[in-house]
Amino acid sequence: MKKGTTIYLYELAWILPSIAIPVGMLAALTVTAFGAGIHLPSVAGRVEPPNAQVAPFDKPGVTEVGPGRYEVVLTGQIWTFTPAEIRIPAGSTVTFLATSRDVVHGLIVPGVNVNTMLLPGQVARVTARFDRPGEYPMICHEYCGIAHHMMGGRIIVEPRS
Amino acid sequence: MSTLVVGRPLATVTTRPTAAPAPPENRLTAAFLVVALVALFGGSVTGLLQGLGLNGVELPPHPTFIKSYYHSVSIHGVLNVLVWTTFFIAGFLTFITVRALGTPLASLALGWGTFWLMTGGLVLAAIPLVGNAATVMFTFYPPLKAHWAFYVGLTLVVAGTWLVTLNLALTLRTWRRAHPGARTPLPAFMSMVTMAMWTLASLGLAAEMVFMLIPWSLGWVAGTDALLARSLFWFTGHPIVYFWLLPAYVSWYTLVPRQAGGKLFSDPLARASFLLFLVLSTPIGFHHQYTDPGIHAGWKLVHAFLTFAVFFPSLLTFFNVVASLESGGRAHGGRGLFSWFVKLPWGNPVVAAQVGAMLMFAFGGIGGLINASYNLNLLVHNTAWIPGHLHLTVGTGVTLTYMGITYWLVPLLAGRALWSRKLALAQIWIWFGGMAMFSNALHRLGMMGMPRRTAIATAPYLQDDWKPLLPLVAVGGTLLFVSAMLYFLNLALTATRGRREAAAPVPFAEAMSGPDHSPVLLDRWRPWLALAVVLIVIAYGPTLARLAASTPLSTPGLRVW
Repeated sequence: MKKGTTIYLYELAWILPSIAIPVGMLAALTVTAFGAGIHLPSVAGRVEPPNAQVAPFDKPGVTEVGPGRYEVVLTGQIWTFTPAEIRIPAGSTVTFLATSRDVVHGLIVPGVNVNTMLLPGQVARVTARFDRPGEYPMICHEYCGIAHHMMGGRIIVEPRS
Repeated sequence: MSTLVVGRPLATVTTRPTAAPAPPENRLTAAFLVVALVALFGGSVTGLLQGLGLNGVELPPHPTFIKSYYHSVSIHGVLNVLVWTTFFIAGFLTFITVRALGTPLASLALGWGTFWLMTGGLVLAAIPLVGNAATVMFTFYPPLKAHWAFYVGLTLVVAGTWLVTLNLALTLRTWRRAHPGARTPLPAFMSMVTMAMWTLASLGLAAEMVFMLIPWSLGWVAGTDALLARSLFWFTGHPIVYFWLLPAYVSWYTLVPRQAGGKLFSDPLARASFLLFLVLSTPIGFHHQYTDPGIHAGWKLVHAFLTFAVFFPSLLTFFNVVASLESGGRAHGGRGLFSWFVKLPWGNPVVAAQVGAMLMFAFGGIGGLINASYNLNLLVHNTAWIPGHLHLTVGTGVTLTYMGITYWLVPLLAGRALWSRKLALAQIWIWFGGMAMFSNALHRLGMMGMPRRTAIATAPYLQDDWKPLLPLVAVGGTLLFVSAMLYFLNLALTATRGRREAAAPVPFAEAMSGPDHSPVLLDRWRPWLALAVVLIVIAYGPTLARLAASTPLSTPGLRVW
């Protein structure tokens, strides 16, 4: 970094783009994340005791909360999801309220923006829209014991009649 | 570029007369390397089992002590990413520091004490791990509850790394007192930054172990908490990847330029980038927890921003290392924009391994930006994409570099020539090709939603579009295994049968723009350490304080494997 030398100019010519590139990427990231309405799980409350035998997790299930809007109360436990099968019409917006009754589990639904950890003691809240009819797997994506690979369920999106 | 050359030595290279006894630190480094290599061997064998196991293939003879796919993955992860790396780093950075300073290690007794503490901790952790009492992966998320010896053993290994930091810091202090006003030689400076960064970053893991997992596994407290434990784990869990990576950078900056026939481009830029890693490596761990409930999305965004800030020193490193390689390629007659790359000394396994590692690491770095992206992370979190990424970064960028280092370091320590250069080159390119196939398949499977570390062959939700890619994981994994075995064979024959030869001097590179071109601020410690602490307090303080104050340790542990 000796001023006036050729090498100093080279160094400077590298420092500036090294700052500009990450800044540009961050700007793109921020615009696309918020432009597309991406919401990550945030603070949605604790479940105590963590075995989740308290409302709303004592009665897992699907509720229609408005036209085209559904709420799914979901629990993960070794090695199942409850409910294991969810039926909704195409075009629905679904909010999942999910937790674990024992160890750490996960929930991923390939093809839609559902990817969250299920932690005992924590409420995970995620929302996604299901437009395309078909069957979507619900998969536990966190190692949760010897039969982890058996832990799955399905979401059936029915065509609107 | 030769017109730019202003040679400045990076380090005092002490050339010893061939008859003189080897420095006593050599044996210490060799001891650390032996443990590291034994771990990598175990990790390679289990890796083969998993690549085949994903396809429902069981090798006859399947080792009977391995009880399940998950048992195998747990051993593979702990041995490769925790043991191979940590023991290699402890040996390598000790060696580099004393050689670059030309000063003996502050306390050889402390060095050996550290080695035995870490090895003892490793054995303690390995007993339940191998005995299927710690099948909890290398991330060991509670409430999965391993045997207490697993947690205590790993904690002793971490405590050992702090003693490495102490010993190197005392050595550096001795050197600085003897050389007032002189700039610390770059290899020693970088080694010290690496250990300082790690020591600060490892406090999260230490807190998780000491305050949560150890008392809980011993039955002193009844419960635990998943989110608090995960938050402390990832406090350390992201910077640990820089702990693995920075020693590879030490080699790329201070050794490879000379091994490639050139010079380091800029010493001041190298110092600046390492100090930025010291400051920025830790306050970014929430990007591993984007999908965790219970952490405010705003803090996740702060960590996303800081993660992208780390891309700045990464780009500085990219430019500096490539420019240094270019000087080597041009010294070998390379002309024009790109032909210098072809002229690099590809016949030297030390160079070929590390340039190959750099090529793959570039893709790993790009994948890492995708992982760190607040939105794209939703596509890949906890899918097969993640081990695909990890095998490009720690599995190749780091591991293939360490292998390249051992191709000169093991001969130097053994006082023998490398047994076979051709075998080494074959090993490197088999690794490269195997990893390209293996990692590409995992990345693609991840984008299709296949979960990571899952015995997928028997999963009821196995999707049809995953099936054509799974055999590539097995074939790539088998190539990696073959490459690893050739590597061990070559090193074993080097140590026992290699032609005896006098130890060569350590090939530290000179710099075109030397250390006296850099501002004094780049050779001071307190401002940078203080800045690192301030950023950690800002990024982690509010969340950790809230969780620590409001979380009852009420979740019981389970052993469900």
